[in-house]
Amino acid sequence: MATWLARRLAAALAIVFTVVTLVFFAIHLAPGTPFLPSGDRPLDPSVEAGLRARFGLDRPLGAQYARYLGALARGDLGESFSQQRPVALALGDAIPNTVVLAAAALAIELLLGLAIGAVQAAQARRRLDTLLTHGSLFVYSLPTFWLGLVLLLVFGQGLHWLPVGGVTDPVLHPSLSLAGRLLDRLRHLAMPALTLGLVGAAGTARFQRAALLEALGQGFVKAARAKGLTETRVLLGHALRNALLPAITLMGLALPFLLTGSVVVETVFAWPGMGKLAADAVLSRDYPVVTATTLAATALVVAGSLLADVLYAVADPRVRRERPQ
Amino acid sequence: MTALPLVPPALVLVASGLAVIVLERRARGPAARRFFASPVAAAGLGLLVFFAGLALLAPLVAPYRPSAQLDIVGLQSRAPSLRFPLGTDLFSRDILSRLVYGTRVSLGIGFLAAFVSVTVGTAVGAAAGYFRRFTDAVLMRIVDVGLAVPKIFIVLAAVSLGRPLAPVPLALLLGLTGWFATSRLVRAEVLTIRERNYVEAARALGVRPWRVIARHVLPGAAAVLVVSAALSVANMMLLEAGLSFIGAGVQPPLPSWGNMIADARDVLATAPWTSVFPGLSITAVVLALHSVADGLKAALDPNAPALSGIVTER
Repeated sequence: MATWLARRLAAALAIVFTVVTLVFFAIHLAPGTPFLPSGDRPLDPSVEAGLRARFGLDRPLGAQYARYLGALARGDLGESFSQQRPVALALGDAIPNTVVLAAAALAIELLLGLAIGAVQAAQARRRLDTLLTHGSLFVYSLPTFWLGLVLLLVFGQGLHWLPVGGVTDPVLHPSLSLAGRLLDRLRHLAMPALTLGLVGAAGTARFQRAALLEALGQGFVKAARAKGLTETRVLLGHALRNALLPAITLMGLALPFLLTGSVVVETVFAWPGMGKLAADAVLSRDYPVVTATTLAATALVVAGSLLADVLYAVADPRVRRERPQ
Repeated sequence: MTALPLVPPALVLVASGLAVIVLERRARGPAARRFFASPVAAAGLGLLVFFAGLALLAPLVAPYRPSAQLDIVGLQSRAPSLRFPLGTDLFSRDILSRLVYGTRVSLGIGFLAAFVSVTVGTAVGAAAGYFRRFTDAVLMRIVDVGLAVPKIFIVLAAVSLGRPLAPVPLALLLGLTGWFATSRLVRAEVLTIRERNYVEAARALGVRPWRVIARHVLPGAAAVLVVSAALSVANMMLLEAGLSFIGAGVQPPLPSWGNMIADARDVLATAPWTSVFPGLSITAVVLALHSVADGLKAALDPNAPALSGIVTER
């Protein structure tokens, strides 16, 4: 287990390092100069040369790369053009919000998705199963940002049940009691988390139905039935346990989906997370922020899939002995 | 034409319905029959033909030019009417016309990006699975890296470092960064197919490796390829829509379904038709692609384990 873990960890670090290197070269291959992100009026050549010297851009690429790595190791991600503050600070504010949103969405996705999948497998090929199959296919086909806008229109602007954006109420929040503040946060979290979670849940349900049906066709299920167990116990006690293994893989795969979704959903609900930070930065050509969020997203995905692999290895000892793919 | 602007799209709809019925009648062979046995798959195919027809015939179907601001004072955000069947947007442009031309952009980007991604993914996956050893190790490490970066951030970074991309470069970028999951899927298929006797026979006859792959190995993976191609178009279209929605994809005034919804954000409550119709169009096409993918899977590979090919990159 220890060598397996060490090898897996080294692979993860290698991936992050490769992406960091790619990002560095992408920045240097980009057209134009970093001093004129809007690129409409050329700088005086002597002024530009001075700026290049001042920021070390006249030094050899290898030296610049070494300096970039050094800065990154110290947590220095550069300066944001549009926010006039270090990128690390902007990211530090944004990442917790995205993690909260993604965790809530993941909880909805897994609980709802696994439950619907189990109901479908128990009712396989009956009317309820068909209904849920079509329903989940429809929800799975919805663009997340549009679903968000529709929910916003109905529950926010139409019925006024939930706030239309932000993390907390800008006026009332500071004056609320502790329970009131928590409720305020949850009310703000509800719609963005539901938007992301519903689409994910539809995908999970499709997957889980197939996984359960596959498990139900296997020998150990036949044995459990032959023992005289009720169908519910066969489904929940025997089939579900085995069908949960692929669900762990699914959890690792869910993270890129959630991060991609967070870019548009955070924009819809003005949720100040990584996705909105990146989307806003693109519009103002603030590439230090965009490249930093790309690195952060990569780190999160790599960490997530590492965690999924470890969980999988804990749940299924066969994996540890094989060469990881 | 201005009197009855809904007639041309209705004609396209009827024609695509007829086309699918004709196809079904002429369906020979067990695979085609299995596909048409599912009404959902047949309906999905019909919807795809309909939208493809709209895209091809856009100049004939659209009542106005897509970026024409018809009357910036009098025709802002008008509700649907006989003259403007889907209403007008905040800039007094006809939504039906933008939607029809947007079909070209959104569908075109989706198909081009998926074509690139499936082609590259197949080539890489086949090489890795067939040659194994060093080739496999190198290619799969590249895939590991590619899968670690959520695609949307790659496009965001590219746009922020350069400038917003025109539709074709955008589609190429989406395709060239979207083949990683496909290549893993193809590799897994090729690993099992390469061990079959007929492949070994071809090798023993001295057929060159790439010819073995193209003529003997990949036909065996056709089912996986076709299904993942259909899903890939859907994913690419969703990604383009999201990118255009946040302003990093297709740039206005060129209409795409995603940037139409972006334009509609400010009048969400007062003029909901500006966002409802493009949103429904995206949903309809993606739903159609998913149904067709399900139908193709049932038709081409009826005995495959239910789990294979469901998980895709998104």
